[in-house]
Amino acid sequence: MIEMKDVSKTYPNGVSALNEVNLSIEQGEFVYVVGPSGAGKSTLVGMMYREEKATGGSISINGVYLNKMKERKIPHLRRDIGVVYQDFKLLPRLTVYENIAFALEVIEETPKNIRRRVMEVLDLVNLKHKARHIPDELSGGEQQRVSIARAIVNHPKTVIADEPTGNLDPETSWEIMRIFEEINARGTTVIMATHSKDIVNTMKKRVIAVENGRIVRDEHRGEYGYEA
Amino acid sequence: MVELCAMSIEVNTVMKLRTVGRHIREGGKNIYRNGWMTVASIGAVTTTLLLVGIFVALMLNLNQMANNVEDDVEIRVLVDLTAQEDDIQKIEAKIRDITEISSLDFSSKEEELESLMETMGEDGKQWELFEQDNPLNDVFVVKTADPIDTFDVADEIATFDNVDEVTYGQQVVEKLLKFTKYARYIGIGLIVGLVFTAIFLISNTIKLTITARSKEIGIMKLVGATNSFIRWPFFIEGMLLGILGSLIPIGVTLGAYYYVYNNLREKINFSFVEIIPFDPLAWQLALILLAIGAFIGVWGSVMSVRKFLKV
Repeated sequence: MIEMKDVSKTYPNGVSALNEVNLSIEQGEFVYVVGPSGAGKSTLVGMMYREEKATGGSISINGVYLNKMKERKIPHLRRDIGVVYQDFKLLPRLTVYENIAFALEVIEETPKNIRRRVMEVLDLVNLKHKARHIPDELSGGEQQRVSIARAIVNHPKTVIADEPTGNLDPETSWEIMRIFEEINARGTTVIMATHSKDIVNTMKKRVIAVENGRIVRDEHRGEYGYEA
Repeated sequence: MVELCAMSIEVNTVMKLRTVGRHIREGGKNIYRNGWMTVASIGAVTTTLLLVGIFVALMLNLNQMANNVEDDVEIRVLVDLTAQEDDIQKIEAKIRDITEISSLDFSSKEEELESLMETMGEDGKQWELFEQDNPLNDVFVVKTADPIDTFDVADEIATFDNVDEVTYGQQVVEKLLKFTKYARYIGIGLIVGLVFTAIFLISNTIKLTITARSKEIGIMKLVGATNSFIRWPFFIEGMLLGILGSLIPIGVTLGAYYYVYNNLREKINFSFVEIIPFDPLAWQLALILLAIGAFIGVWGSVMSVRKFLKV
C-alpha cells in the first residue's frame, strides 16, 4: 500500500514539480500515471523509490515513511521495490544473467537460490536463450525484458515503471505489457508512467492524470484522455 | 544445529564470506576489463615506486650510518691526577644523577695506558716506561641516550670538582649530528612528497576509469546496492593495481642494490660508512614498496569512487 499526503516537490532552482498531491494505491493495483511531458509524472513515481526526495508532505510504502528514511536505508527500500526505466539501465559489461543476479547479490542470496531465481524470471520474460549475452547484443525489447526480470527477481510487492515502452515499437510494447499484466496477476502492485494512448485505452486500468504538478483525474478503468 | 543457526545469524550482520569472494572476483575482473587504464595506473605506480625504492634504500643506509656515528659519540671525562679514590666515587655518583645519560664506564689510568699501547702496536713498547709513573688520567666514558644531549651533558660534567677535562670531539660531532639530522629530514620529506605525488597521479588515473563507470555505479545504487557493496571491488582493484605496480620497482631496486652491495662495498667502505647487507634490507625494502604500492592504490581508488556514490 502506497500513500501520499500533501506531497510537494520544489527543485532547488525554484521550479515546482508537484503541488500537494494526495494519493493512495492498494496492494495489487495496476495504475497508469499519464499527463503531458513535464507535468510531474516522473517526479511522482521517482518519489516512490526515493530517486526524488519530497520537499513537503509524507509518503509511506507498506508502512515505511520515506521522508524520514536515513540515507543508508535507501538501498534496502530499493530492494523491496522493482523499478523499470525507459532507458533500461542495464550494466553494460555484465551478461543478461549477471545483470539479473546482481539484484540478488546485493542482498547476499545463496548462489543456489540466485541461479534458481534468475532462471525462473528469465523463463518468465522468455529470454533463457540470451542469458550469456551482454545487453548491447540484444534488441530494445529484449533489454527491457531483462530489466523487468531484474526488477521482479526479488519478489517485490511493488513494481514501478517509468515509461517502460517509451523507446520501443508498438509490437514490442505489447509484449512488455503482457509481462506487466502477468506480474500484476501474481499480486504485485504495478505503477506505470506512460505516454502510450493505445496501451492505456486498450488495457483498461486505473488512470491517474497529472498536470502542472497536480492530480487532475483519478478513475478506474480510465481513458488516456490526451491526443497522442 | 543450534550452533549453525547462531552462526548464520551472526554472519547476517557482518558480510557473508561468499560476498567477500564476490568482491574479490569483481575487483580482479575490473583489472582486465579496464585494459589500458589498468596499464596506465600500474605505470604510474611503477614509476613512482622506482624513485621511492631508490630513496628508501638510500635513506635506510643513511639512517644506518647516522646511527653508527651517533653510537660512537662518547664523552670522555678526564679525572684530575690529584683526585683521591673517594673524589672519583663522588664524580661517578654525580654523573649517574644526570638523567640524559645511557651508559657510564670507568677506565683506570692503567687500563688507559694498556689500550694506548695496544693501539700503538710496536711503538707502544716505549710507553712501558710509564708503567711505573703513569702520566695518564683516570677516565669516565659517558654516553647519552640521545646524542643531541652530548653538548649539554659535557658542559655540565666539566663544572664538577676534580674534573680535569671533558672531551667529545666537539667540532666533528656537532657537524656530523647536524648533517645526519638534516639528511634524515630531507630524506623523509622527499619520500613523503613522492608518495603524495603518486597518490595524486593514481587517483587521477583511476578517476578516469571510474568516470567511465559512474553510470554503472548509479545503476547499482538504483538496484539496491549499498555504498560499501560498490566500494569493496574498487578497494580490491586499487590494491591489486598497487601491488602489480610495485613488482617491477621491487625487482629493479633489489637487483640494483644487490649489484651495488657486491661490487662497490669494498670501494666505498670508510671506517664509519657501512652499507647494510643485502639480506635484511632486501626484504624490508620489498615489504615497504609493496605496502606503499597497496596503500596508494587503495587510497587513489577509494578516494575517486566517493563522489559517485551519492545517487
